Parts: sequence; C-alpha cells; structure tokens
Amino acid sequence: MPYHEQNGTRVWQRRTRSESLTRWFGWLLSVAVFVYCWQQISAATTWFFVTDAPRIAGDIWDRATPPKWEYFAQLGRPIWDTLNIATLGTIIALFLAVPTAFMAARNTTPSTVFVRPIALLIIVSTRSINSLIWALLLIAIIGPGVFAGVVAIAIRSIGFCAKLLYEAIEEINEVQVEAITATGASRWQVMVYGIVPQILPAFAGIAVFRWDINIRESTVLGLVGAGGIGLQLSASLNVLAWPQVSLILIVILFAVVISEWVSAKVRGAII
Amino acid sequence: MLRLKKLLKTYKTGDQALKSIDLEIPDGQVLALIGPSGAGKSTMIRCINRLVEPTSGEVWLDDTDLTKLSSGELRQARRQMGMIFQEYALVERLTVMENVLSGRLGYVGFWRSFLRKYPQKDVDEAYRLLDRVGLLAMADKRADELSGGQRQRVGICRALIQDPKLLLVDEPTASLDPKTSRQIMRLICELCAERGLAAIINIHDVALAQMFVSRVVGLRFGAIEFDGTPQELTPDVLTTIYGEEDWEATIEKVEDEDEDEGAAA
Amino acid sequence: MRSAISPELNALIGQKWQRPPLVKRAWLRWMLMIGFAAYLIASFMTIDVNWTRVYEGLDRGAAFILAFTSPDFTSRAGDIWDGMVESIVMTVAASVVGIAISIPIGLGAARNIAPMPVYLICRGIVAVSRALQEIIVAILLVAIFGFGPLAGFLTLSFATIGFLSKLLAEDIESMDRVQAEAIKASGARWMQWINYGVQPQVMPRLIGLSMYRIDINFRESAILGLVGAGGIGATLNTAFDRYEYDTAAAILIIIIGIVMALEYLSGIIRARVQ
Repeated sequence: MPYHEQNGTRVWQRRTRSESLTRWFGWLLSVAVFVYCWQQISAATTWFFVTDAPRIAGDIWDRATPPKWEYFAQLGRPIWDTLNIATLGTIIALFLAVPTAFMAARNTTPSTVFVRPIALLIIVSTRSINSLIWALLLIAIIGPGVFAGVVAIAIRSIGFCAKLLYEAIEEINEVQVEAITATGASRWQVMVYGIVPQILPAFAGIAVFRWDINIRESTVLGLVGAGGIGLQLSASLNVLAWPQVSLILIVILFAVVISEWVSAKVRGAII
Repeated sequence: MLRLKKLLKTYKTGDQALKSIDLEIPDGQVLALIGPSGAGKSTMIRCINRLVEPTSGEVWLDDTDLTKLSSGELRQARRQMGMIFQEYALVERLTVMENVLSGRLGYVGFWRSFLRKYPQKDVDEAYRLLDRVGLLAMADKRADELSGGQRQRVGICRALIQDPKLLLVDEPTASLDPKTSRQIMRLICELCAERGLAAIINIHDVALAQMFVSRVVGLRFGAIEFDGTPQELTPDVLTTIYGEEDWEATIEKVEDEDEDEGAAA
Repeated sequence: MRSAISPELNALIGQKWQRPPLVKRAWLRWMLMIGFAAYLIASFMTIDVNWTRVYEGLDRGAAFILAFTSPDFTSRAGDIWDGMVESIVMTVAASVVGIAISIPIGLGAARNIAPMPVYLICRGIVAVSRALQEIIVAILLVAIFGFGPLAGFLTLSFATIGFLSKLLAEDIESMDRVQAEAIKASGARWMQWINYGVQPQVMPRLIGLSMYRIDINFRESAILGLVGAGGIGATLNTAFDRYEYDTAAAILIIIIGIVMALEYLSGIIRARVQ
C-alpha cells in the first residue's frame, strides 16, 4: 500500500509517488493541448463579431418573430419528400445491410479471410462519412433532387445497421443453431429456422432506431440540394427571409419530436 | 445398427477428447453413457452426427460410413439420427408447432419450409406426437412460454418426427428437477421401445440410468472403462470411472414409484 | 399404450396448420399491409428521377470510385492540412468543453440525485440540444458569430452536452442504489457522496461514452465547413464542386482513417477502464 512518512508516522496515500507524477504530467499535457487548440480557434476568429454577437442575435430574433405561418401552405410537399427520403432510404439500407451483416459476423461469414474484411470495410467506410457528404457526392454524380437524398441516406445507414446487426448475430445462442443442423437441414434452412428468429427483435429495433435518425438527417439534406424541407430552409436563408426560417425550424423540431416518439413507441411494443 | 471403429477426436487446443473408441449398438438397444464431466460423452455423441468432426476413425450406421459422406449426403444421413439436447435447444421465438416441424427440415425443400407449407402428413404426425407427450394444447404457444419439462418434451417430438433409426440424447435431464427428470427419462425409453429405436443417452445421474436402461457404458478420459448391464455397476466399477468416493448411497436401488407421467402439462 | 385417440387430437388430424400471425386481428393486419403498400407506391410515384441524368452520372460515379485507387494527397496538400488541423482542433476543444459542462448537467438531469427544479432545467437543456441538428445550430451560430471555427466549436460543444448529459443521467438513474446509500449512511456531504457513491459506478461508462462522442464530434466537424463553420468540410465541398474526385477521395480516406484510429483507441481505453 502506498504511503509517505510524516513526523515518523505512515500516512496512507492513494497512489505511489511515480503514479502521481505520471498523472500530473498527463493532466498538464491535456491542458497544454487544450490551450493550444483554443489559441488556434481564437486566432481564426474575428473577435469584433463575437463582441457584437448579442446585438446580432437580438436583431435576428426580432426579424424571425413572429414566424410566417401562412408559409406553411408551401411546406406540404417538402415535408412529404423528407418523409420519403428517410423511409425509402431506411428500407433500401436494410435490404443491403442484412447480407453485409451476415458476411461480417464471425459465425455466419462464408470466409473469414476474404469476405469478412470486405464486409467490415463497407461498414466502416459507409459509417464514417456523414450523409451530407454522401449527398454532396451523389449530387455531383446523379444530379440534385430527392433521389440523391434517398441514396445518400441509404448508403449512410448501411454501415450503421449492418454493424448493430452483425453484433446481434454474433451473440445468438449457438445450441439452437446446432439443434436445427442436427435435423439434417440445409445451410439456408438453418439460417431461416436457427438464426433469423433469434435476431428478428434486434432487427426490428435497429430499423426503427435508424428511421428516427434518418428523419433528422433528411431534414437538412436539402441544404446541399438533395431534396426535402432543407431546400426551403436553404432558399429562405439565402434571401434572409427570417420569418420563413423560423417557421421551418419549428416544423423540423416538430418532425424530430414526432419521429422520436413513434420510434420509442414501436421499440417499446417490440421488446 | 451403429458401430464406432477407432473413433478419435483431438481438439485444436490439443485436448484428446476421445481415444480410439470401439463400440457396437444393435438395433433397438437403449444405452446409457456415463462418466465424469469432460470424459468426452458430449464429444462422442456429436462425433456420430458430425456436429463435431472426428479426427479419425469410422462411424457406421447400418451400411454407410458417416465420416466419409459429403455435406449433402451427411444431411440425408442426419435425418436418421434424432438429437435431444441438455438445454432443450428449442428455437425460443418460434412456436411449439414450428419447433416440432423443424424436425422435418431435412425432408422438405427450402421454400416449403420458409413458407411453413409442410405436407399434411407431417402436420398430422406433429399433432400425434404432441398429443403423445401431452402438449397438444400448447401447439401454438411460443417455445419460451413453456416450462423446462414441457420444452424437453417438445425437443423429443422434434427428434422423433425425423423418423429416426437412432436417438442421440445429450444430458436430457441435467436442467430438470428430479421428478421431471424421471418422467422425461421414462418417456424417452418408452418411446424407444414403442418404435424400436436405438438410443445413446448421455447422463450424469447414475441411479437414473440404472433405473431405465439395459446397458451402461462408462467413459473416463476419452476411453471406455466399463461396458455391461446396470447390475454389474458396482462401487468398484464406479471408482474406476469417477474416482474414489462412497458409492453405496448412489447405486442403492431406487424404487420406481408409480407416478403420473406424460399428461402432466 | 394409448390405443384410444383423444377427441382433441381427432379434431386436429387432417386440419391445415398455419403459423399464428403476428397481428392477431385480421382486419388490422390487412389494414397495416395495405396502408404500407399504398404508402410505398405513393412515395415511389412522387420521386421524380431524371434517369438520363442518372445514366450520364454513372461515368462520373465510376470515375469517383476509380479515384480511390489513386487519391491525390499532394496538389491541395496545403488546404487539406489546414482543414484537417482545424477539424481536429475543433473536435478536441469542443469535446473537452462539452464533456466538462455535460457532467454537472448530467448530474442535474438524474431524477434520483437532483432536486425537482434543477432536474427540470437540466432536462430542458438536454431536450433542446438533442432536438436541434448540429448543422442547423451551426447555421445560426455562423449567422451570429461570423464564419470560422468558433461557430463550429460552439456547435459541437452544444451537441456534446445533449448527448452526454442524457446518457450520463440515465446511467446514474439506473445505478445500484445500495452502494450509494452506504456512502450516504456514513455521513458524507453531498459532494463526497457524489465522489464516493456515484462516481465509481458511472465512471467507466462515462469514459466510454466520451470516447464515442469524440469520434462523433470528429465526423460532424467534417461537415460543419459546408455552412462556413470551419474544418475540412469547406475543402471537401470545393473539391466536389470542381469535380476533383482524386482530392475528394484523399480527404475521405483521411477521414475514414482517423475515424478507424479513434474507434481502435476507444476500444483499448474502454477495455482498460472496465
């Protein structure tokens, strides 16, 4: 037990001297890194604007209130598009994520040397890149519009869904699979009877969870031109129509709250 | 008739689970396999239907050597060997009926099984078996709603609907209370007698084994130490199988009380 | 044994068997199916896809995928370097500040240790932060504070608070009460109680979640540049605009590499603290 001598008596310490030193050094280093980062940010900032910020914020608030309620009539179609981008994107992603997950899971992959690394690469690369970047890319390739949004959401979601799903597959009870194998079932029958029933609840949970996230993401895809309500937001911002902006933000907030509520309800019903 | 010839299994870790097993089981014989944990009982059963690949040796079921079969032929052969598991190994999120019918998977094609369109003959047989084990009323319940004893009965039905020649039974009573254990053992042995099935039953409980089977094989460190009738199972024999211990209490004749079996749902 | 067939069995023999349906009520089942099909058809009808445009784009798509085999790190090395440094700087600063703020708010948002008014205020902050998208917050902050990484830094800090406080609060609410009560019983003050009774229980998870959030913050920092809030996003956007796929591929590869490194690192750290 670490201790130090004080007036001839042993006093208990939590750590030994070298441990404390390393800790202090670690903290010092962290603080130094943080200070450096802050200086970088500070150097790139026009502080005049920042000191002026409260006035500007107040100014924007004055312009944005009250929201332009009658503009809501023009938002029907964009909301519908946003819903479609999220839903169709999720459905397409799930269709692609299922085979990817089966190829990535250690216990179902056809080959650990060749197929599994490819599946894992698909998962990592689609997951690391934000849907807005996918949307930018797809707009450059297939042109702006709802379709680019659907594909962007779908690609972004593959990795997310496949990762959670393959973790669920790796956690299944192998004895149940063994029992089905012992009846003389074929590989595919083992899959349908032994594995699928075990991962079905996880699958449904993942689908709803991702749909909720996708509703959020699809509301802003329009900022880069990929359809949905973000298009209106971007257009309103460009002409500084703040009353429209505030209405759109309210609508987006509302959509997010509703989708979260729906997904919580559905997940509660499944589990 | 099942014959094991010089069956040997060495795991990748280097553990020798089976050391050259030779064993012959005539049609219709029910055999209990006893031995301490880690003696290789489970491995032996799984080597027969190749859930575990044997390292070397032969397994003859009638006139086929199972170890030489391709994966397609192996599936055909597995249909003739029903297996019953320790933890029941039912697919818990499927219904009882689906679990029983999954025993027919080796006989029906993929799409039929996928769409649950089993031949009427199979469905009727499933109902008959469920009725025989007293679970007809549970047919459309989900398997995880059943008690341990009920689940094991479903497991038995799943093995029997395969129409097997041989039952491989892996610790059928290890997760059950004493009374249910006895009911399950009796059910298995009765059904084997009704259908003239051979069976290998892995079992921990020596007294239970003595009560129901006609032949006992003792396994120790992957080798056969004893092969004989239950009556020949003396304390000395048990000491060679399990090691030093006071055995008198274990093999004391247990009277088979007349219990209500089967229909206790 | 049983020669007589029971009447229940007799009634079932010869009957068709079907798996019991997931939704018991037939009309509801059909309504759900028809409704879903109708929705799918309607949504497909309203997406107008310009197939010729898509077809023309296939070449560009192929060019982009090929660009991954020969990414161009050099010709815009200066821009990429500056953007990356800015992204990382924003990530680090925002994570530190965000985590530091989310700990008190997380404590305040846990029903079992915070008094009611504090609980409501903290839950309110969490709800607002979670409901607002990073990119929307970034737009507003850019409008208020001007272009540059300060807006990005504030955005990420704000988002971190919503994420971390909520999970921390949930963790505290589900902790083992007996351990915490044992400390309280020893006559500890509130701060001591938190330090000895609560902190040891939630610390491993807090560290794991913080690592995860750093990972998310880095990924988000890559898009904030699209709206002028600093980071690599602006460089990436320019690369796409100029159809410089090899440069874009280089940036994406760097992002993927850093995310993988962060995941690996957080795996190690999580394994050590648990």
